[in-house]
Amino acid sequence: MASEDVKILGAWPSPFVMRPRIALNIKSVNYEFLQEQFGSKSDLLLKSNPVYKKIPVLIHGEKPICESLIIVQYIDEVWDSGHSILPSDPYDRAVAKFWATYIDDKWFPGLRTISRAEGEEAKKAAAEEVTAGLVLLEDAFIKCSKGRSFFGGEKIGYLDIALGCFLGWLRVTEKMGNLKLLDENKTPNLFKWAEKFSSDAAVKEVMPETGKLMDFAKVLLAKSKAS
Amino acid sequence: MENKDSTVKLVGFWVSPYVQRVRWALKLKGVEYEYIEEDIFNRSHLLSELNPVHQKVPILVHSGKPLPESFIILEYIDETWKHNPLLPQDPHERATARFWAKFAEEKLFDAAWIGLCSEDDEHEGAVKSSIEALEKIEENLKGKNFFGGDRIGYVDIIIGWISYMLPIWEEVASMKIYDPMKFPAITSWISNFRKHPVIKEEYLPSKDEMIVYFQWRRKVLKGTFPPVFSMKKN
Repeated sequence: MASEDVKILGAWPSPFVMRPRIALNIKSVNYEFLQEQFGSKSDLLLKSNPVYKKIPVLIHGEKPICESLIIVQYIDEVWDSGHSILPSDPYDRAVAKFWATYIDDKWFPGLRTISRAEGEEAKKAAAEEVTAGLVLLEDAFIKCSKGRSFFGGEKIGYLDIALGCFLGWLRVTEKMGNLKLLDENKTPNLFKWAEKFSSDAAVKEVMPETGKLMDFAKVLLAKSKAS
Repeated sequence: MENKDSTVKLVGFWVSPYVQRVRWALKLKGVEYEYIEEDIFNRSHLLSELNPVHQKVPILVHSGKPLPESFIILEYIDETWKHNPLLPQDPHERATARFWAKFAEEKLFDAAWIGLCSEDDEHEGAVKSSIEALEKIEENLKGKNFFGGDRIGYVDIIIGWISYMLPIWEEVASMKIYDPMKFPAITSWISNFRKHPVIKEEYLPSKDEMIVYFQWRRKVLKGTFPPVFSMKKN
């Protein structure tokens, strides 16, 4: 089963798509990256994820797996090459899942709110929420890392992947909004971690370059204003 | 040497469907625990101590370590007490179970809740969305006794609220989401779930008390949520 064909349906700008790609890199699993055209959904996507019609989708053999964090857990359970992505202790595992859920349900929507905010006041309020969230995550980092480089310890793990995939969009939001969100003074550990994560071997080649992402963001913004 | 701190506590609220899931899971595993009722409208220090981020129930405390969020608690329980597994062993089946649990929560539970707490366009939209979600669940239950097959498991526990709470919400908000005529597989599943030897012996809030409670919640919350279903989309 593990040696069968592996494909990821996705798109290079999507932070959610980065997640399973990082996980497969950690496991040294070769995969075919099938990119969706922006603005349309391929037949393969519609067939593989009929419920949500969203990327990423992992197709292993013939079987599709959907939802980025569910895919990462699947990858960790199927391949034991590389290192474990989730912690081995059930409590630590639960804590990692808790913060990953927080990031997806509360923190990332807050980041998106900044770019949609109308007026300086609204932008400032949205930015403050994101920074407050990072302060919580700084505290989580200290507890989870136990003095080591990553949330997962010596090597990147589930929570590193869950948060780290948003670093590109975080930097774009900072540049476009002229804001400082990841602040070296407020969250020194996360600031250091961001650098280490971005330059990790499993992450480097799938992390979109900030300039390229910013160009893409400008196209998106123009399109949403035009409609 | 017995670790005196291997005790299990569950901080809950009598009517919370999230707490109910944890009760069912602990009962299925045969785990003894101390239940601590927390009045979420009149909070004690417990919530801010044990769940500082969200201050919500349920919170499972095992050997002094607190864990919130029913989905996360269920997986923790399954990994800590390994008999009577809730999630399948096969990774693809596990991923499928996790997918449907998330889908049912986002597309049915959350939508039905909005239906309960809204009126007019928003209410109509929420009901329509809930029915569409229920149709997908119906498809996936066809020919099975429980969501994973023959044995009760993770997804059944997550969607268990359908068997006792959805009819209450429907009555309170005068809405029809679950029509037994249209959903035979779900009807059969509800019967299997309620008749399960562990489920049928476990505490459930009383129907009358639930009606009073949710009538009050509908009255207080009506119109207070930002629109989800009646938004004009670009």
